[in-house]
Amino acid sequence: MATDNSTSASGSIMVVGGGISGLTTALEAAEVGYEVFLIEKAPYLGGRVAQLNQYFPKLCPPTCGLEINYRRLKDNRKIKTYTLANVEKVAGEAGNYTVTVQLNPRFINQNCTACGECVDVCPVDRSNDFNFGMDKNKAVYKSSEMAFPMRYTIDPAVCKGTECGKCVEACNYNAIELDMKPKTVELNVGSIVWATGWEPYDAAKIDNLGYGVCKNVVTNMMLERLASPNGPTRGKILRPSDEKEPETVAFVQCAGSRDENHLPYCSYICCMASLKHATYLRERYPEAKIYIYYIDLRTPGYKYEKFYSKIKEDENVFLIKGKVAEVRQASGDNVTVVAENAVTGEKMEQTVDMAVLATGMQPTAANTKLPADLKLNEDGFIVNDFEKGGVFAAGCANKPLDVVTSNQNATGMALKAIQTLKR
Amino acid sequence: MDKKYCVYICTGCGIGESLDVDALCEVPKEEGVSVKTHPFLCSSEGIDLIKKDIADDGVNAMCIAACSRRVNFDVFSFEGCVVDRTNLREQVVWAHPRSEFPALTEEEKEDEENFDRVQMMAEDYIRMGMARLEQINPPEPYELETFTNKILVIGGGVTGMGAALDASKAGYPVTIVEKEGALGGFAAKMRSQMPVTEPYDNLIPPVVDSMIQAVEADSNITVKTETVVARIAGQPGDFTVTLKNPGEKHSFDVPYPLPEEMKFDENGKELNAEQQFEVYQQYNEGREDVLTLDPEGEKFGSVVLAAGWRPAKIEGEEYTHLGIGDSPDVVTNTQFEEIAKKGRIVRPSDGKEAKSVVFIQSPGKDEDDRDFQYCGAVTSMATLKQAKYVRDDYNDGKAYIIYQHMRTPGLAENFYKSMQQDPGIFMTKGEVIKVSKEGNGLAVEADNTLLGEQIKIKADMVVLSAGMVPETADNPVINLAYRQGPGFRDNDIFDWYADSNFICFPYETQRTGVYAAGTVRRSLTIEDSIEDATGAALKAIQCIESANRGVSVHPRSGDMTFPDFFFQRCTQCKRCTEECPFGALDDDEKGTPKPNPTRCRRCGTCMGACPERIIGFADYNINSVGSMVKSIVVPSEDDYDEPPLRILALVCENDAYPALDMAGMNRLSFSADVRIIPVRCLGSVNVIWIKDALSQGMDGAILLGCKHGDDYQCHFVKGSELASIRMQKIGDALSSLALEEERVAQKEVAIDDYDKIPEIINSFVEEIEALGPNPFKGF
Repeated sequence: MATDNSTSASGSIMVVGGGISGLTTALEAAEVGYEVFLIEKAPYLGGRVAQLNQYFPKLCPPTCGLEINYRRLKDNRKIKTYTLANVEKVAGEAGNYTVTVQLNPRFINQNCTACGECVDVCPVDRSNDFNFGMDKNKAVYKSSEMAFPMRYTIDPAVCKGTECGKCVEACNYNAIELDMKPKTVELNVGSIVWATGWEPYDAAKIDNLGYGVCKNVVTNMMLERLASPNGPTRGKILRPSDEKEPETVAFVQCAGSRDENHLPYCSYICCMASLKHATYLRERYPEAKIYIYYIDLRTPGYKYEKFYSKIKEDENVFLIKGKVAEVRQASGDNVTVVAENAVTGEKMEQTVDMAVLATGMQPTAANTKLPADLKLNEDGFIVNDFEKGGVFAAGCANKPLDVVTSNQNATGMALKAIQTLKR
Repeated sequence: MDKKYCVYICTGCGIGESLDVDALCEVPKEEGVSVKTHPFLCSSEGIDLIKKDIADDGVNAMCIAACSRRVNFDVFSFEGCVVDRTNLREQVVWAHPRSEFPALTEEEKEDEENFDRVQMMAEDYIRMGMARLEQINPPEPYELETFTNKILVIGGGVTGMGAALDASKAGYPVTIVEKEGALGGFAAKMRSQMPVTEPYDNLIPPVVDSMIQAVEADSNITVKTETVVARIAGQPGDFTVTLKNPGEKHSFDVPYPLPEEMKFDENGKELNAEQQFEVYQQYNEGREDVLTLDPEGEKFGSVVLAAGWRPAKIEGEEYTHLGIGDSPDVVTNTQFEEIAKKGRIVRPSDGKEAKSVVFIQSPGKDEDDRDFQYCGAVTSMATLKQAKYVRDDYNDGKAYIIYQHMRTPGLAENFYKSMQQDPGIFMTKGEVIKVSKEGNGLAVEADNTLLGEQIKIKADMVVLSAGMVPETADNPVINLAYRQGPGFRDNDIFDWYADSNFICFPYETQRTGVYAAGTVRRSLTIEDSIEDATGAALKAIQCIESANRGVSVHPRSGDMTFPDFFFQRCTQCKRCTEECPFGALDDDEKGTPKPNPTRCRRCGTCMGACPERIIGFADYNINSVGSMVKSIVVPSEDDYDEPPLRILALVCENDAYPALDMAGMNRLSFSADVRIIPVRCLGSVNVIWIKDALSQGMDGAILLGCKHGDDYQCHFVKGSELASIRMQKIGDALSSLALEEERVAQKEVAIDDYDKIPEIINSFVEEIEALGPNPFKGF
């Protein structure tokens, strides 16, 4: 079935990862005229970007760009998308690869109209990973209103299967197949672009910053979900322990980044992200005070510099040059942030309602071995070898980047992939 | 096309439970159109039903009254047919649940004064879908008469060479034009480059030489040095380009549009089109008009703009404390690079070895932590590199870096860390107070440093981190022979970079077929510029291939429609030429527009602008929307004692329409008296639709679309802004008809505003209710 659409091996490109970089590479190559297979391991496309509330510095919704990319995808028959798919094996050489892809069962077939009747009857709750476990959804779920493909999925880890079967009864369209089995397809492609993206660095590994220990310490990605209209708090930013509207919030920059014990590099986006988060909070809570502890504020370029200048003018935003030494539980559900001011040498303690760790990005390949002959640097980023060709990394699989630069990079990788086909 | 119509009503997903489907079927039947229902239309049986009708009965125009067109896009697509996706699911039954909008009971149905708002809405949408089908046709792509796949690259630095090499490797011929006498750009003036892979402790030789060799060895690349662009005329796939020597006066130098004040005579009266053309010719004396093609011109398909940068000047009162101009030993980073390229670093004043060098990153006055103008992170990295020169040249050399923020994002942090290990490189945050001559050298004083409150450093040389000014700050460079002018519009909001406003689509410019790359777009390192060039080359190739297939480029990628003009009725008002966000139209001496379809992005702004309504697309035109408006049933007091309101909503299909769908998915309800029509962009909204709506008795009209202004989110740059201007003007027209201006409004809706959209619509409906019904109702 899968190979029905393939043309000669020399004319096809595989893109692994359906986040913003992978989508971009796939669409840009397909719009030149090449056939593309887009492989995504999750049930839905969009990757990290789908979890963001707004982009910096425009403060525009990422779903706007996703919508247009999904529309390009719908209109383009050159792209074949596989979700819940894992690349198992890559054989062959530049210009002629045979890729084995495992297609994991969705347990929902193409009959699904996304009407949602199944959700109403599902008795099983699951921790909602899309919202970093801050709320629950059902064993049958879709990630959001923007989910693409617009079809439900069942989480086999929690679903009770045929012994329950309530969803099967509720579905008027015979869309649920609880006995669906994994399948394997082989695809022939000339080049492969790895757009496997990044994961938020595990904040629990940073002992001194209180994540998982103090009640109201969250990560920057969690804050994105709290601020999103389709997030666990429907866009109200409330502190997790008691759903209080925070009056004081501290941001801990370089939480794990620029740190030899964790991520030695700079994660590129966290300074701008925290400044953006300050706007989320200040917009919602006009009296809220924001403390941002940083080593350097990395807001380079005219657009970012303008954004930073604007936030600097806000009298309720305090920017402190100093690395945070400790975050600890304070009385009530508050947290205390301990830092040393790098300029004055003064030791500071600030007790706040809530602390946000600006955790960095770790390439997916650092924790998951990719089944291909790829050169990785010691942090797990894929190093591109354009002379050799055939396989490439795009976006944050290659280096830490913001969205605009990921798109730039991913556009270029579409051409590198095409060049291999032309050799 | 001869059309055979059929309406297919899906009764699944709650449609059948919510609506009186038999009554719904009466709508097409009354018009003599056949209608079929199916409980699960998107199933294979449902599709087979439609396919059978196509095969057996020749049905080729179908109104699919089911779910939103945003879903099942691939299922309801039939070759050679025109399809309308009438959205009964998300925007009728889901957004108007019966719990809030109860259906009429049998008893209530008996009284003719009662009506069911949701049923009325569904019936209207079917009428509207049917009306639209009558006015649309399958598109046929536009074919260029002549076509070339050659790419023009402006600029022969690392970016231009990178783009050329990458395009060539994909099989496209390229010409590079470089204004200097040799390839290489600024990179050729550098001693070394910053390392970008492990190990990070040493500088690497410049890559520029090997790039020059590769370009020269590539038979697919033509290099023209001491050459600039006089003009680029025509359209993607078929540009005619005039090249010339820098400084040469050429009859095909690009003409400039007439300044606003010259369009009026001495009495302040606006000149007519032909008079304006005459003044325009005088204003551009010696230069051919934009519509005259250079017979000697070279043909190109698309353009990569890689014009690069020049060093920012550090001068004026703001910077007097830095000693620039007072001592020849205070130099900028570019001057320092030139010194380093020549050999060991020596002082300009006396040629003495410069063993102690202070690098200043920020002007540092008044507690301002800003960098110098036009700095990106590049200047931080360049400074680290130049500090390393001092260390490489002299064992006892000392480099001091005074910064506000050390900007080495991403993996460049590794280089920063490596330089921190060097005992001869001292770095501190600080505000520089003063640079002065002291003894035989210089002294730099700084406050609030990490080394103490006040420090003073003796130096042989001081280096200031000047930024990189894009070439487009000084002149348009691309010199497009377009009626709207030779450069990119609105570059002031981008600080004169040739930049896009889009995070998702970084290479977009307001001129189709021209893709900016490298430091003309933002300040970038050499490696980042080369990488940037690859993407621009891809976009240039994609544009050529799209032009060749006769389809649109992004954002309506693959769209085969293009604007068609009925010239007999053109009154030469020039609005289409002036309002097109992409400068796709050039008018002639009489003011008649010349369309350039491959420049067009198919937003329909010209169609919205045209007062004569002579512009349209195969599947989207004045009548396709107008007939939908006219098919809305407007109940009056003749029908009911208290007839419901009717309000037209023209909704941007990119963001506002999906937001409405998502409101429906969340069962967020809004007034059932509103009729929604999606539009390509608010810029395509022609005021006739609103006038028609009001003159047939509808009570108000609302436009929902994207944010405009400097941070515009409009996918077509100016569409929503132009719509808001038109709506202000329509307000005046309404008041002359004794209708309140408030009956027409435009609201900004972003795609994630689905939770707010019901409130936006409902409060508009309440305002209209307060005004009372349209007095024209029933006439």
